Amino acid sequence: MSTSQTTTTDHHPALVHQFDSMEQQKAASTFGMWVFLLTEIMMFGGLFAAYLIYRIKYYPAFVAGSTSISVSWGFANTLVLIASSLTMAMAVWAAQKGKRSYQIWFILGTMILGSVFLGIKAKEYYDKWDECHVPGHVIGKGFNAWGGCSVQNPGLGNIADEIQKHAHDSGTIVPEASAIQTAKQTEIFFSFYFLMTGLHAFHMIIGMGLMTWLLLRARRGEFGPAYYTPVELGGLYWHFVDIVWIYLFPLLYLISRHKGAA
Amino acid sequence: MSTATTAIKPVMPARHYLNDNYGIRSWLLTKDHKRIAVLYLVSITFFFFMGGLFAALIRLELLTPAGDLFTSDTYNKLFSMHGINMVFFFLVPSIPATLGNFVLPIMLGAKDLAFPKINLLSWYIYIFAGFFSLAVMVSGGVDTGWTFYTPLSSGFLRTHVALMAVGIIFAGFSSIFTGLNFIVTVHRMRAPGLTWGRLPLFVWSNYATSLIMVLATPVLAITLILLAMERTFHIGVFDPRYGGDPVLFQHMFWFYSHPAVYIMILPGMGVISELVTCFSRKRVFGYSFVAFSSIAIAVFGFLVWAHHMFVAGISQYSAMVFSLLSMAVAIPSAVKIFNWTATMYKGSISLDTPMLYALGFMGLFTIGGLTGVMLAALGMDVHIHDTYFVIAHFHYVMVGGMVSAYLGGLHFWWPKITGRMYPEAPAKLAAIITFIGFNLTFFPQFILGYLGMPRRYHAYPPEFQVLNVLSSAGASVLAVAFLMPAIYFLWSLKYGPIAGDNPWKATGLEWETSSPPPTHNFHEVPVVTTDPYHYGSDQEVTVVH
Amino acid sequence: MAEHAHRHPTPMLYLVIFLCLAFFTCATWAIAFADLGIWNPVVALAIACTKAVLVILFFMHVRYSDRLTMVTVGCGFFWLLILITLSLSDYLSRTLFAT
Repeated sequence: MSTSQTTTTDHHPALVHQFDSMEQQKAASTFGMWVFLLTEIMMFGGLFAAYLIYRIKYYPAFVAGSTSISVSWGFANTLVLIASSLTMAMAVWAAQKGKRSYQIWFILGTMILGSVFLGIKAKEYYDKWDECHVPGHVIGKGFNAWGGCSVQNPGLGNIADEIQKHAHDSGTIVPEASAIQTAKQTEIFFSFYFLMTGLHAFHMIIGMGLMTWLLLRARRGEFGPAYYTPVELGGLYWHFVDIVWIYLFPLLYLISRHKGAA
Repeated sequence: MSTATTAIKPVMPARHYLNDNYGIRSWLLTKDHKRIAVLYLVSITFFFFMGGLFAALIRLELLTPAGDLFTSDTYNKLFSMHGINMVFFFLVPSIPATLGNFVLPIMLGAKDLAFPKINLLSWYIYIFAGFFSLAVMVSGGVDTGWTFYTPLSSGFLRTHVALMAVGIIFAGFSSIFTGLNFIVTVHRMRAPGLTWGRLPLFVWSNYATSLIMVLATPVLAITLILLAMERTFHIGVFDPRYGGDPVLFQHMFWFYSHPAVYIMILPGMGVISELVTCFSRKRVFGYSFVAFSSIAIAVFGFLVWAHHMFVAGISQYSAMVFSLLSMAVAIPSAVKIFNWTATMYKGSISLDTPMLYALGFMGLFTIGGLTGVMLAALGMDVHIHDTYFVIAHFHYVMVGGMVSAYLGGLHFWWPKITGRMYPEAPAKLAAIITFIGFNLTFFPQFILGYLGMPRRYHAYPPEFQVLNVLSSAGASVLAVAFLMPAIYFLWSLKYGPIAGDNPWKATGLEWETSSPPPTHNFHEVPVVTTDPYHYGSDQEVTVVH
Repeated sequence: MAEHAHRHPTPMLYLVIFLCLAFFTCATWAIAFADLGIWNPVVALAIACTKAVLVILFFMHVRYSDRLTMVTVGCGFFWLLILITLSLSDYLSRTLFAT
């Protein structure tokens, strides 16, 4: 069943001069977006490779760091983002079918879910700032993983204590000096936590911008069976950002969560 | 438009891409790949001479054994600026952004690249990156070397590392967008009848280059982002004080920077393929081998990066693997040299200027490539790493190779770009002076390195002075040789003889359209029915009306 | 340039894929609390890869795309593997045959 050849090809208003047909334009644009996503895979990939090497090098510190971030919020965020991928895919479907109001609602839905994701992320970042688990000296707070840091709750975020407690629960003993040493190394974990989720959040924000643009164009009724490429490309970008998070969640939040782990 | 009009004097077409529209806005907001190519041509020439200026200062300092012209800190800044300017703002964009941008769509029979606006964006990003970096240089620059090794760069040195990193990141994105554009164009916008097996080798080379640009440059971007973050926010990534690993920086940096050298050389090899066939009047020997060798270089080039790190602390076993792989990557390059030589055999050679540069390339690149294999040998590298041997090696491939190819290509396509021929006698002279000056500059450096003179030092033992003086003398000759084309190319814009559609009687779709081409490249969509390089055959290339 | 029929997934299929993804997310979260020793990260990554493949094939329409798209996606992951394995091979072999 042919879907895209309903209008004349040469005179569609969206056809640009270097292409001979809408078909060629769509094929080229889609391929171009995939090549761009290829570059994004390599960019995030570099970060993932560095993360992997440090995880191997400082495994106990990475366990401790991972334990200190909230797996519930991470889990919730994963579901939120996957749902936003669903609404995005539906938006592409609606654009392809020419259903204007569905397009608008689904793009809006994607944006709302995206905002929820960013909101949860902001809360997580605030928690880390409160516990002084922010590497370096950022915004006036120094990294402090082994002492009480929060004003309301001194002792909160003391990773050295957590390490000792964790070891005690599994029947082993970790001396305090060793726990503090490991807690120092968690600074690397948190560097990567903020870098990876930060870069991801940056891409999300750009995605939100893209969605806004698509929303405006959808409202003007620009998308239909003959031309819905921008929505499709926006979808590709959004799904890619979702995939990055699909990997970030287990890599950052689920390091050795079970009881009795070393 | 007829093709072979030997009896009639060539005339400039009435309307072409240069006079289709006047005014600064028509240039700064152009979507025409040809105008963007000219914009790039002017910009990279500027950065080439900037890099050359730093080189001149370096060679001046090295005339005497004592470090008397500059302090060591300033000298460190000089070679860093030389490297950064030359690598990121000249070599990486050079052929793809100028000749590639201009000629590639026409070779494919297309009206433009796939994404003309992104092409223009690419130039703007490049200009921003270039002038931002220039501003950083003027306000003190960096002294880390173009390689930015940590922990020097991550916290030890007090220069503008983070800002320079930002400039280079933007230059990288310019490169990524150019590569993306080329890949999509080659896949999706070939003229009817133009199968992959009929593509000019220049297209194959630029396509392979674009693959590398797209796959490697993002890793550089993230590495420099991490470095900038580390410097600015004092987080731990590569700095040992915070638990970081300096060798990791080198792994990530060289993952880009080694394939980057193939980004730099592959387009040059593509140019040489075009020049050797045209000026031997013969089809290339082993077309498939040359085409696939470009892809092989692109792929293999990603597997060898740690040969820059043999003495950095990587494991011995890893070093052996990388050493072996580095030997292997020389093979596709050698295939090209052999095939070009075989192409010339029993060809009808004419020694026009582009061919002089091509011949220079073949000899100098061979020397550079072979010394590369020497460096790939673990045992040798331990002794000659970080000496002038390395510097001589990469200048042979980059200047003797790439810059020769760039100049050859510029001379070859100059009539197509401007409609006018450059003056042949000064051009030939410049080519010869380039060859002499180049060898005088860099051959002594092989010996210096072998004798143990380290790189990046502004003072050296007095026994090295003779060779250094020779090298600096050669550099001044080279400077003259590079200035000459700048002068006569400009001269030819007004006074050069009008070239006509195909002054070289070359094959290729770009020679069938007028010189300069119309804005939309062709008056009729070409249909390709012949193989490339059908020199000496009866088949006449036709254009379907 | 051959025209290929645009077979697109239906909303129902999208919903099914979404439910699969949600299921796998719950699974990876639950399994993280079980002690599988060395297999924990392996299982977690395997589940992540499965989810990624589902998103790529169905949400991103690669299942219905031409071969060029599939090759492009494959290249991305393959090149990432080059970076990871060759770098790791250095780190892992440093103490492997320590004298």
